[in-house]
Amino acid sequence: MEHYNMNLTLKVWRQKNKNDQGRFETLQAKNISSEMSFLEMFDVVNEELINEGKEPIAFDHDCREGICGMCSMHINGRAHGPWEGTTTCQLHMRAFKDGDTIVVEPWRAGAFPVLKDLTVDRSAFDRIIEAGGYVSVNTGNAQDANNIPVEKHKADLAFAAAACIGCGACVAACKNSSAMLFVSAKVSQLALLPQGHPERRTRALNMVAQMDKEGFGSCTNTGACEAECPKEISLTNIARLNREFINAGFTSEK
Amino acid sequence: MLNAKIPAGPLNTKWENYKGHCKLVNPANKRNLEIIVIGTGLAGASAAASLGELGYKVKAFCFQDSPRRAHSIAAQGGINAAKNYQNDGDSVYRLFYDTVKGGDYRAREANVHRLAEVSGNIIDQCVAQGVPFAREYGGLLSNRSFGGTQVQRTFYAAGQTGQQLLLGAYSALERQVALGNVTMYSRHEMLDIVKIDGKARGIIARDLISGKLERHFGHAVLICSGGYGNVFYLSTNAMGSNVTAAWKATQNGAFFANPCFTQIHPTCIPVSGDHQSKLTLMSESLRNDGRIWVPKKKDDNRKASDIPEDERDYYLERRYPAFGNLVPRDVASRAAKERCDAGYGVGTSKQAVYLDFAAAIERYGTIEASKRQMHGVSKEEIIKLGKEVVAEKYGNLFDMYAKITGENPYETPMRIYPAVHYTMGGLWVDYELQTTVPGLYSLGEANFSDHGANRLGASALMQGLADGYFVIPYTIGNYLADEIRTKAIPTDHPAFAEAESKVRDRIAKLMSIKGTKSVDYFHKKLGKIMWDKCGMARNEQGLKEAIEEIKALRADFYKDVRIPGDANEFNPELEKAGRVADFLELGELMCIDALNRRESCGGHFREESQTEEGEAKRDDENFSYVAAWEYKGPSDYVLHKEELVFEEVKPTQRSYK
Repeated sequence: MEHYNMNLTLKVWRQKNKNDQGRFETLQAKNISSEMSFLEMFDVVNEELINEGKEPIAFDHDCREGICGMCSMHINGRAHGPWEGTTTCQLHMRAFKDGDTIVVEPWRAGAFPVLKDLTVDRSAFDRIIEAGGYVSVNTGNAQDANNIPVEKHKADLAFAAAACIGCGACVAACKNSSAMLFVSAKVSQLALLPQGHPERRTRALNMVAQMDKEGFGSCTNTGACEAECPKEISLTNIARLNREFINAGFTSEK
Repeated sequence: MLNAKIPAGPLNTKWENYKGHCKLVNPANKRNLEIIVIGTGLAGASAAASLGELGYKVKAFCFQDSPRRAHSIAAQGGINAAKNYQNDGDSVYRLFYDTVKGGDYRAREANVHRLAEVSGNIIDQCVAQGVPFAREYGGLLSNRSFGGTQVQRTFYAAGQTGQQLLLGAYSALERQVALGNVTMYSRHEMLDIVKIDGKARGIIARDLISGKLERHFGHAVLICSGGYGNVFYLSTNAMGSNVTAAWKATQNGAFFANPCFTQIHPTCIPVSGDHQSKLTLMSESLRNDGRIWVPKKKDDNRKASDIPEDERDYYLERRYPAFGNLVPRDVASRAAKERCDAGYGVGTSKQAVYLDFAAAIERYGTIEASKRQMHGVSKEEIIKLGKEVVAEKYGNLFDMYAKITGENPYETPMRIYPAVHYTMGGLWVDYELQTTVPGLYSLGEANFSDHGANRLGASALMQGLADGYFVIPYTIGNYLADEIRTKAIPTDHPAFAEAESKVRDRIAKLMSIKGTKSVDYFHKKLGKIMWDKCGMARNEQGLKEAIEEIKALRADFYKDVRIPGDANEFNPELEKAGRVADFLELGELMCIDALNRRESCGGHFREESQTEEGEAKRDDENFSYVAAWEYKGPSDYVLHKEELVFEEVKPTQRSYK
């Protein structure tokens, strides 16, 4: 792989806090190696800002290996930037070339208020899980793990849905700011496994109700969520959620 | 001499006996007892959820924006359990034995046996929660091998086992939040422990968004804040992983045990330049199928594919025929370092070895072709089938490797090198997981208890969940049963005011320095000292130098660090500064501990103490103890010893040949 260095122009969203109006700031990123990750490029820019006595850019990040779901940058109009199936932290600078201008914004959604610069509040996702994204089994209640065989195909589908990292890119990518892909991933995982069956109806109803309450929009099947999802969560999960939801509504005994 | 409060009786009945005789708290009293949990990784989330289910009033804290982001999420390969589903001779005793031996006989037998006993329950619990472990076509759970064992006892979910286990524990936690049994404080960082009459009674936490300091009361406090590998700056830990919670406990009288026991993981993506912010692990599970090699010729600059089979040195298979590529991590790391130091390293930096999947791809392809009754297929076809199988097993890891390095590991061997990954040392705890401060507990990687001087792969997830789901719910009752008469202490108590003003002063001091260098500047410097002198190999002279260098760096930090912004707002640089300040003290203690332990054991390799073949040489006569350090002030520590008594396993020179 050929290594190269580049100079870039960044247009970054700066916003002091929730109440500030915010604006774009233009910055220069000099001598950036193609081997750096996108966030390492931000480290370099921040180091420079600190040395100049300015405030560094606040952004969320933690594991830097694409699994914790904390990083969340909207890069050149795309959630997590130009690479498919990739989180911001795994995007590397070889995706860009010398002289490029890169526009970086926070997730834009009413349900994800900006806290500072590129950092947003995603606690709405936790509250959706609280509404039913679990199996009600207390510690110590479990039977032997191999007592219930699970068809491999279904286990694999459940795993694919469970790979969601809760980053919120689906919401950021959606013109309606819908959280359907996130909700459907959890509902699907538990609907596909026998362990999730006793609560599948209430789960679908309650999680969708909470999603609406948090102010996420409706799904119009555009598919931007699937296209931008760093874990490539499939749109078929939304179809499954719709089935679960309708079925729960029709067959509710309450 | 420290008393670990190990129950009497034969090893395999200790835990049963303990559970049968420990004190209980009745449900009505549990509702009035408050427990604070710091950290929401596997240990913290499982503890908070389980204690909430029991009816205690729990407050859980994490510095991330959601409890689901704790660094347990990044664990890749798997979780061990003595289920013996494979009928290959596994048992509780085997898991216990492998763990004690793997830890180079520096772990406490009773704890390890308990860990092995509850390991099966963990798998049951996780499956019941809907954790999608890998399965076979018959619908039953699949297993694979990990280092340091000769059975298949590792349960996994592709290369995302930690993620799936943590999301299971997180969902249990969120269920308790919904029920009102747990109150969750995200984006909060614990900055001090509050002690009243010698007992832990609460914490001071900073709301990371508003910058406000908060006082929280608890009848007990659980430190589940993970390990301190980030003292090295470059490690496989998350950027935010830190020692601060554990270090505040240490400053408040909890002893810190075996700080020098650090795990350097053999298979990580090598450093690519000065800009590097973290290192990425390639799961040990890859050693099930990958073969590690270097060229037989020194400074061989040919491409891997141009080096014929008989000019490759599969050095692990050569040196350790019984375990081959699946030797424990400490052994594999040292062997890689040895080859690179001797001039056989590969890649531009020459600080790397190959991890090659060509043989595995061909083997799996052949099996797949046979399964599908395909006869006389071409080699290309077999390789294509083989790649599909390898992708199913390790796809996410291969993708990650490709994104980071720009190379395709299905075509060319991975280049790997050891990196800091895990810390076996941590807060000293007794059998009940209580530190030397009454009411202050420590669970998971934050404590020191179960892995001795080297942790076996897939055992960290097991320990975190064992502590949280199956140990603390019993042992904390034994303490809280005597606290039922203690009413919640109002947080205007002088001890809270004093602790808060201490924290306020510390923050003010950091903000007032207004120096010229960033926090990262100091962190990188510290990391380099630690890696060079307290890393994979250590010696007396280097450690002595390191101690002086760290002292000087710490003095410079307090003179010249620059923290922009304000303390009363969201300020990531201030958060980092507080954490690095604590690392600057811990790093020194690690070197003091490494200097004191004049033997090699597990991940702690003192160059002065090695066998003729270059293996770690223990000194059981003088060092068969846990070194627990009492904090008296910066650079001022007192050593306490817990003698290790081996009743079941007889310590021998560890051999994987």
